[in-house]
Amino acid sequence: MSAPTNQHQAVDMESHAHDRGTSDHVDGGAAHGSRGSYVTGFVLSVILTAIPFGLVMSGVISDKSVVAGICMVLAIVQIVVHMIYFLHMNRKSESGWTLMSLIFTIIIVVIALTGSLWVMFHMNQNMMPPMNPTSAAEMSDQM
Amino acid sequence: MSDTLLKTIFGRLTLESFPIHEPIILGTFIAVMLGGITLVGAITYFKLWKWLWTEWFTSVDHKKVGIMYMILGTVMLLRGFSDAIMMRAQQAMAFGANEGYLNAHHYDQVFTAHGVIMIFFVAMPFVTGIMNYVVPLQIGARDVSFPFLNNFSFWMTAAGAVIVMASLFVGEFARTGWLAMAPLSGLDYSPDVGVDYYVWALQIAGVGTLLSGVNLIATIVKMRAPGMTMFKMPIFTWSALVTNVLIVAAFPVLTAVLAMLSLDRYVGTHFFTNTGGGNPMMYVNMIWIWGHPEVYILILPLFGVFSEVTSTFSGKRLFGYTSMVYALLVICILAYLVWLHHFFTMGSGASVNSFFGITTMIISIPTGAKIFNWLFTMYKGRIRFELPMMWTVAFMLTFVIGGMTGVLLAVPPADFQLHNSLFLVAHFHNVIIGGVMFGAFAAINYWFPKAFGFKLDPWWGKVSFWSWVVGFWVAFTPLYVLGLMGVTRRLRHFDDPSLQIWFIIAAVGVVMIAVGIAAFLIQIFVSFRDRERLRDWTGDPWDGRSLEWATSSPPPAYNFAFTPVIHDLDAYYDMKTRNAGRPLTGFRDIHMPKNTGTGVILAGLSVAFGLSMIWYMWWLSALSFAGILAVSIFHTFNYDRDFHIHADEVARTEEERTRILANAAAGA
Repeated sequence: MSAPTNQHQAVDMESHAHDRGTSDHVDGGAAHGSRGSYVTGFVLSVILTAIPFGLVMSGVISDKSVVAGICMVLAIVQIVVHMIYFLHMNRKSESGWTLMSLIFTIIIVVIALTGSLWVMFHMNQNMMPPMNPTSAAEMSDQM
Repeated sequence: MSDTLLKTIFGRLTLESFPIHEPIILGTFIAVMLGGITLVGAITYFKLWKWLWTEWFTSVDHKKVGIMYMILGTVMLLRGFSDAIMMRAQQAMAFGANEGYLNAHHYDQVFTAHGVIMIFFVAMPFVTGIMNYVVPLQIGARDVSFPFLNNFSFWMTAAGAVIVMASLFVGEFARTGWLAMAPLSGLDYSPDVGVDYYVWALQIAGVGTLLSGVNLIATIVKMRAPGMTMFKMPIFTWSALVTNVLIVAAFPVLTAVLAMLSLDRYVGTHFFTNTGGGNPMMYVNMIWIWGHPEVYILILPLFGVFSEVTSTFSGKRLFGYTSMVYALLVICILAYLVWLHHFFTMGSGASVNSFFGITTMIISIPTGAKIFNWLFTMYKGRIRFELPMMWTVAFMLTFVIGGMTGVLLAVPPADFQLHNSLFLVAHFHNVIIGGVMFGAFAAINYWFPKAFGFKLDPWWGKVSFWSWVVGFWVAFTPLYVLGLMGVTRRLRHFDDPSLQIWFIIAAVGVVMIAVGIAAFLIQIFVSFRDRERLRDWTGDPWDGRSLEWATSSPPPAYNFAFTPVIHDLDAYYDMKTRNAGRPLTGFRDIHMPKNTGTGVILAGLSVAFGLSMIWYMWWLSALSFAGILAVSIFHTFNYDRDFHIHADEVARTEEERTRILANAAAGA
């Protein structure tokens, strides 16, 4: 585990924090980044953070929902960048366990989030009608 | 002293918080105190404190931690079962003019405490304890991946149990039902300490559950003996892996939802309040996203136990091992796709309900496949009906009925009739008692000889078995009937006298189960007394097939002198058929983790933190929280955390075993 120690000094604070997470794996099965990959990740992260920041601050695009959409897309790209360059996510790391647990996590999170949204949308529509007399009467007609 | 000073020191804890005016609680309190003083006195008299502290409380040995989990589960079973007796007695008598002996205030606490304790502090410790004890032995490991974390997890679970027990005598417990549904659990409707006891007990115990889940996943993934590929892993270890994946994925949801509930209660947010823009339905939705995987967390390890037991006592390799593994994996995902079936009636409409109804029916398919695999394992086997196998057969018969009533409840129109009725209560007791409890007893009878070196007494075991099985059906069949007649759950008093006979039958059933529990305790006592008669010298009393039977009973601290090399799924059976001898020379020093008291101290501080948050003693909260941080940080500087068992000592232990094995072989 001497290799990561050298890198600790070379890389910036952010990736340092991430690297510490992986250095818990004592057996050496986890993938490790090189100085080049950390720098690439850092530069990409800076760019992906600067663009939304600039868009919001400068107000170049007047439609706010477009700005929000762009920010969300760039945020998702940034998540992928972090996973690849800082969390060393690839097919070989920990003989595939890292990738498998990522896929499982995504499946569970997607199920929980989309499921909750779907369920709560129907709940709200059926059980929390707008509280005015006309719509209440409509509701009771439908029942 | 002024009022403000008292309030600053004691928060909302006053003399009125102690239920001295309630004769039942006072009686219990006196009994518990007398029992406690006797126990403490006995330990002091026999000078056992030092032994308990150094050999057990601070132990990081997965075997001892596992046994402590089982003891915690057994003690809490007695508490949870007392609640059950109280409810059955109340419902059997409270008809017409008779109000029974429990007031509503007390009765509501009893059914809440019963549910919370039975799930979190009986079933979970049993399941975790069995996994803790067996998994490292089955995969040929020295210990779990993080031995200190294991000890800490146990003490956090115990801390949660302490907080629940404290609510019995100081203040009161929640009156909300075991899931503390909002908005009833909000500050508007439950202003007293009950829900806070609930929240903090579960949050603190939840830390333990989550960490032990992480620990066991790491152990199974990283510490398998060489040659043990994933598909040569014993089926119990597979079920433990899937269970812990479920734990790690599901428990954070519970933590989050309880954290939001406590924010509502403590700082006035509006996540789940009725007024102010909250949405109580979201609480129901989220807690069941955790709650449904939770029932699989409880049952899957026991499915593993039944698989091991069936295979061992049929003298055959497990039928359909690969399909068993895939069934586990399918359940692992599907368990997250069915949660809405717990609230079909909340109003999500036909499309949502039908989706979740269908997924619920689908999840019964892998479970059904497992039942057939067990049956085919038994088919043409030379079955030995010893106690673990008896529990397994009782499980199969009982659980299939419970599963079928479950599929019935999965049909939304039927659920609209049966939800919140005693039919539902009968259903989930059918699967939890028939699955988890029967499985726990199968596991205890199966692995007890491994843990202590002697078998459990079969006669008292059979008394316990028949009392439990018959008692279960006598207690819960009437509840199915009553539920079909439309009787709802959690009722304290009934008007219709024609129902009373069913409740009296159910009460008779609970008395039979009480005999079963008593017989179980007597069984353990008798077995300890007659341990020489029941002694097993070989370490392999059942002609076992997996690796844990290869070592001595009880196993040495280091489990295996040499890490075994695995060639086959039934690793030990393979060794026996190939006449692979034990290595007798060439022992080396074994690197072991050192015991530490940090887990006990952290858990003690957590109890102080939880209780002070419950009673609003903010100074103590701040102090104990700072203490938790300080002790945790201090522990990271503890570099004196390992030692070596000398090769000489290993050689001595192993020579002793060789001698015993030779004696046993000569005797037989």
